[in-house]
Amino acid sequence: MDISPLLISLKTALTATIITFFVGIGLALLVARMRRGQGVADAIITLPLVLPPTVLGYFLLLAFGRRSTIGQFLLQTFDVTIVFSWPAAVIAAVVVSLPLMYRTARGAFEQLNPDMIAAARTLGVSDWRIFWHILIPNTRAGILAGLVLAFTRALGEFGATIMFAGNIPGVTQTMSTAIYAAVQANDYDLAGQWAIVIVAFSFFFVGLMNWWTARMNHGVRQGVM
Amino acid sequence: MELIVDIEKQLRNFPLRAKFTMRDEVFALLGASGCGKSMTLKCIAGLMKPDRGHIELDGQVLYDSEQGIDLPPQQRHIGYLFQSYALFPNMTIHDNIAFVAEGSAEEKERKVQEGLHRFHLEELSGAYPAELSGGQQQRAALARILAADAHLLLLDEPFSALDNYLKWQLELEMLEVFQSYHGAALLVSHDRGEVYRLADRIAVINRGQMEHPCSREEIFEAPGTLAATLLTGCKNVSAARPGTAGAESPAGENTEDADLYAGDWQLPLHAGEVPENVHYIGLRAHFILYCAPGDRSQVEAAKAHPDSVLANVHRFAVTRVIEDVFSYLVMVRRADAPDARSLRWELPKEDWHHIASTLPPDQTLWLYFPPDKLMLMEQ
Repeated sequence: MDISPLLISLKTALTATIITFFVGIGLALLVARMRRGQGVADAIITLPLVLPPTVLGYFLLLAFGRRSTIGQFLLQTFDVTIVFSWPAAVIAAVVVSLPLMYRTARGAFEQLNPDMIAAARTLGVSDWRIFWHILIPNTRAGILAGLVLAFTRALGEFGATIMFAGNIPGVTQTMSTAIYAAVQANDYDLAGQWAIVIVAFSFFFVGLMNWWTARMNHGVRQGVM
Repeated sequence: MELIVDIEKQLRNFPLRAKFTMRDEVFALLGASGCGKSMTLKCIAGLMKPDRGHIELDGQVLYDSEQGIDLPPQQRHIGYLFQSYALFPNMTIHDNIAFVAEGSAEEKERKVQEGLHRFHLEELSGAYPAELSGGQQQRAALARILAADAHLLLLDEPFSALDNYLKWQLELEMLEVFQSYHGAALLVSHDRGEVYRLADRIAVINRGQMEHPCSREEIFEAPGTLAATLLTGCKNVSAARPGTAGAESPAGENTEDADLYAGDWQLPLHAGEVPENVHYIGLRAHFILYCAPGDRSQVEAAKAHPDSVLANVHRFAVTRVIEDVFSYLVMVRRADAPDARSLRWELPKEDWHHIASTLPPDQTLWLYFPPDKLMLMEQ
């Protein structure tokens, strides 16, 4: 059995999660600070969570396709085509996992006592140190939950990926698309094997998240957090 | 130390306008909740941006709308004690202080030890904020501000979250803390007692409008405005107008000297030097005096207070008696005017026990309003 879908899935999900982590938290902070238009910004970022993945794939094709401004620019300047390439799989995974990271991060930040950040600023602590030493440590349960959700979502992404990145074995074929291809080819054994792998992975990560959250809540009670 | 503030900011319901200069003193902003006093502190600390104006500390411009200067809070060196103390829950008390201290590792450690010692926190050095009581958290927050080399201390309702006993202890400690800042601090509170005990000068803020700062004695003796009178805890306030023309005087009482009429109390009174545009009159509950002879006559009653102005001796009916912790609160209104507003009269328990035992069956008594205690307000 060719394990390239597993490797591509993991590589794609991992890369997408790293991007989602920074972009999601950045957006959460940005929207929380907005004076107006908060609702609109929030809705736009959350939209990929409720839209059918095929619609997202369609929009991504429009945005990065050869006839689009971005597509034209990338083609002419770097001689790069995004559509049906591995970066396209990453972009698709980022778009679908972003709302999960964004929403959990925002929820976690809202639980935080705003005076704490204000106090740190009046005490001369730089925004960068506030982020790494106060914001993240005090919201890590929420941030971790967001990371796990984003990663598992990225790992299972199918609809937007198949439309935008295609299903090219060894390049963009992930476990999810491999299952689809196997079923199309009537190879139920192969599809079943990949299904088991995905279930096992998802189960492992959700279990990990629960264990982590429980440990952290315990830590809070002990005053260790 | 010199802080110059002159700012304007549009709040949701009213514009905030704060203008004052403070030097080495404890300066207090007294106001009801939501009057804009906390917002003023936040603007000074750089946590909020005024719409326009100027803020200057020791000659350094912190904010100036015309020059386009707006220093971030990190560069203002203004210590802000939050109501919630705002300790970092993920760090021990030691680390909370060390995190904001500047200098080499040794210098940091020295500052931490100094702060821990100064605020009696040595034993709690390794504890997390969640394990500390409210009072201990406040001390830790003060130690942290001290370690960050703040030039000025801002206190936002510093004692409102504490119970009475603790409050008193921390107030005593706070007076010591002020010494570290050349006795200077800017305090915001709605508690007149707190402000009176701690502050040298007081400015009242009412719906964003800051009144002229006064010494604490001045503001409690002659608050000048209705808002300040109420905020300084005066319980008896009535509309007032100069002269007694058209007013119906209490039957059988001599009110010849009266120069003012208190509409809500329906009383002619003598205040002396009544300004033309007087609108309100106030009298603190414990300044009302009892006239011993009781039910006989106004002249007889006035003899209880040799210098009394006859127009300020009136007969009152007791409408309600409330027992407080150390005193009685007796509600009284003009005896022959059932629709007059009641006044609150506060007196020691023994005194009331004695008076109550001599009260005539109709529950009326004679009271005297000392003219020098009557507070007149133009607005």
